Amino acid sequence: MSEQKARNGKTTEDKVVMPHRGGNSMILVAGAVIVVIVVIAAIFATGVLSGGTKESVTLTGAGATFPMPLILKWADVYYNNTNHKVKVNYAGGGSGAGITQIEGNHVNFAGSDAPLSAADSSKYGLLHIPETIGPIVAAYNEPSVTNLKLDGPTLAKMFMKNITTWNDPAIVALNPGVTLPTDTITTVVRSDSSGTTFAFSGYLAVVSTEFKTLYGQGKSVSWKNAIGASGNPGVAATVKTTAHSIGYIDLSYAESNNIQFAQLKNHDGNFVTASSDTASAAAASGSVSLPAGNGDWSHVSILDAPGATSYPITTFTYILVYKELYNAQSQMNKTAAKELVNFLWWAVHGTGQSYSSGLYFAPLPASVVTLDEATLNSITYNGVALR
Amino acid sequence: MPAPRSRLTFSGRSSGADMLFEYGVLAIALSTLVLVWGLVLKMALDAQPSIERFGPGFFIGMQWNPNNEVFGALPFIFGTLLTSGIAMLIGVPLSIGIAVYLSELAPPWVREPLSFVVELLAAVPSVIYGLWAMYALRPFIAHSVEPFFMSFLGWTPPFQGNATGLDKFTAGIILAIMIIPTVTSVSKETMRAVPDSQREAALSLGATRYETTRIAVLSYSRSGIFGACILGLGRAIGETMAVTMTIGNANRISWSLLDPGQTMSSLIANNWGEAQGIQLSALIEIGLVLFIVALIVNLFARLMVGRFMRAVPSTGGGL
Repeated sequence: MSEQKARNGKTTEDKVVMPHRGGNSMILVAGAVIVVIVVIAAIFATGVLSGGTKESVTLTGAGATFPMPLILKWADVYYNNTNHKVKVNYAGGGSGAGITQIEGNHVNFAGSDAPLSAADSSKYGLLHIPETIGPIVAAYNEPSVTNLKLDGPTLAKMFMKNITTWNDPAIVALNPGVTLPTDTITTVVRSDSSGTTFAFSGYLAVVSTEFKTLYGQGKSVSWKNAIGASGNPGVAATVKTTAHSIGYIDLSYAESNNIQFAQLKNHDGNFVTASSDTASAAAASGSVSLPAGNGDWSHVSILDAPGATSYPITTFTYILVYKELYNAQSQMNKTAAKELVNFLWWAVHGTGQSYSSGLYFAPLPASVVTLDEATLNSITYNGVALR
Repeated sequence: MPAPRSRLTFSGRSSGADMLFEYGVLAIALSTLVLVWGLVLKMALDAQPSIERFGPGFFIGMQWNPNNEVFGALPFIFGTLLTSGIAMLIGVPLSIGIAVYLSELAPPWVREPLSFVVELLAAVPSVIYGLWAMYALRPFIAHSVEPFFMSFLGWTPPFQGNATGLDKFTAGIILAIMIIPTVTSVSKETMRAVPDSQREAALSLGATRYETTRIAVLSYSRSGIFGACILGLGRAIGETMAVTMTIGNANRISWSLLDPGQTMSSLIANNWGEAQGIQLSALIEIGLVLFIVALIVNLFARLMVGRFMRAVPSTGGGL
């Protein structure tokens, strides 16, 4: 070794020539892969696979799960009515998520049971369009009790954990002749930011000053020791599978899942069952003077409305849409903008509203329809009104 | 004098292509590093508003209130630690038991199929576990298991409350089920790697089957098994879907196992859609905490398992 080193003056090097095997087929394979990628990209680019005609429009919405059954029904019917031209996709996710999405321009419209604060609606230039009215029910899972009656203060105490068992004297007093079990009450609430929570907590704040002080109205409430589920469907599923539980959901979900719900004592002292009619009664008699579409809706409330047949936990639910539909971020084109306004116009008028009572929502009173018309007429694209 | 290192150089038509290959592959390898660091940096940046506003008090804050913008991570750190703790308590003994059986006691015609099945369980998507937990495990726990424990332990704080099945108990159990395949496979491999000379030595000294396993195998593969447990812990800490479907989503600390709770990963899954501003920042800070914890746990596990694997001589020579 050392002789070699002395001879060469450098360290030994071995030269190896790698046999060049399979070179040509590698190039062929690489070429084939590239061709396939280019073909796939071309297919997607020309939209051959997406189906539909070149003029078809897709509108996206997200937000409150409260009106979701109705909006999905509208989307379905409208798709047929426009000969498969206008497709409306509504995603759900909760009012909070809907508001975040529209403020970030990720969707064309948002659904929210909770109105925006005055600051937010003017800051973002969003319009409130009440599209339907619905009752929120106290759904419960107690098979031995078929016709539970509750009132506001008792309901508040149940959710504040001041009342912990089903056979509490307060509940017994409201249900004479009914044998109530001794089990502990499990309350089920929303874990996500929710307009349904906003309306329900708003009602509890109205009927119970203790609730108002300790918890307050909000899209998220720090409920005491409750199980949280996501969305109206989540709460419905949880109540249905959890014995001795009570939770708040939209009437639509209670009916479609066959979950029992309580009669509530309304402002006038009558026990009322939630329905399309009792919700309409609440909207008619409890309607405060509504602001214009671009105004401040944060104080609009039809909770605990007066009237013999009014259901106490009734709420408007809103579609939030920009007054000026063109903006650099969303890149919404004029056809889509026009179709959005047409869809909303159709939804708030007779044909759209005729689907409400079948899904346990209440149709809008004529005064609200007129207000919505004015709001829709004010929507512009690049400054020019679309209608 | 040590032999000079001979260096193979490849010459011929492909040297340019080789260099291209080498640097190309290096770039791809570096890009994974860049990705991870980019992730951490971006998260740290986005968490700044929350870090500035809440400071170290974030980690002991008990409230998560978007209405008055007060956020604290303690309930979720507690939830994560408690559910992972339950998972480890139940999962690790079971895993080691299965691993010992597979490694030491099973006849070959049982060992191969059973190992395969155990490893297959590790590949089941976690949302499937969550779905199964919601519809099959939860009713069973709510109707049979929890009342059983409540009947004689109902006076103790961990077992007070309603047996709804949507609580930390169920979440802990589904996590235990999910970490068993991971811990079992790695433990089994470390046990198989123990040289037979160790077992023979113990047997020759008159040890029984149990004593042989304990002395020769388990103590020898201790660090490897420990590493496997840490790997399982890492999975339990980060698990999201199965936990969010079974834990009941209550943002508060409660000592009862039968009360709903919340973990860091489940909180993020629930709130990411609607969070904005300072709430989003706080959520990202929680994500950062989770990331760092999972990273440390995994690094630790790999160190332990790696140290064990290197320590085992490939042939039976020496100890």
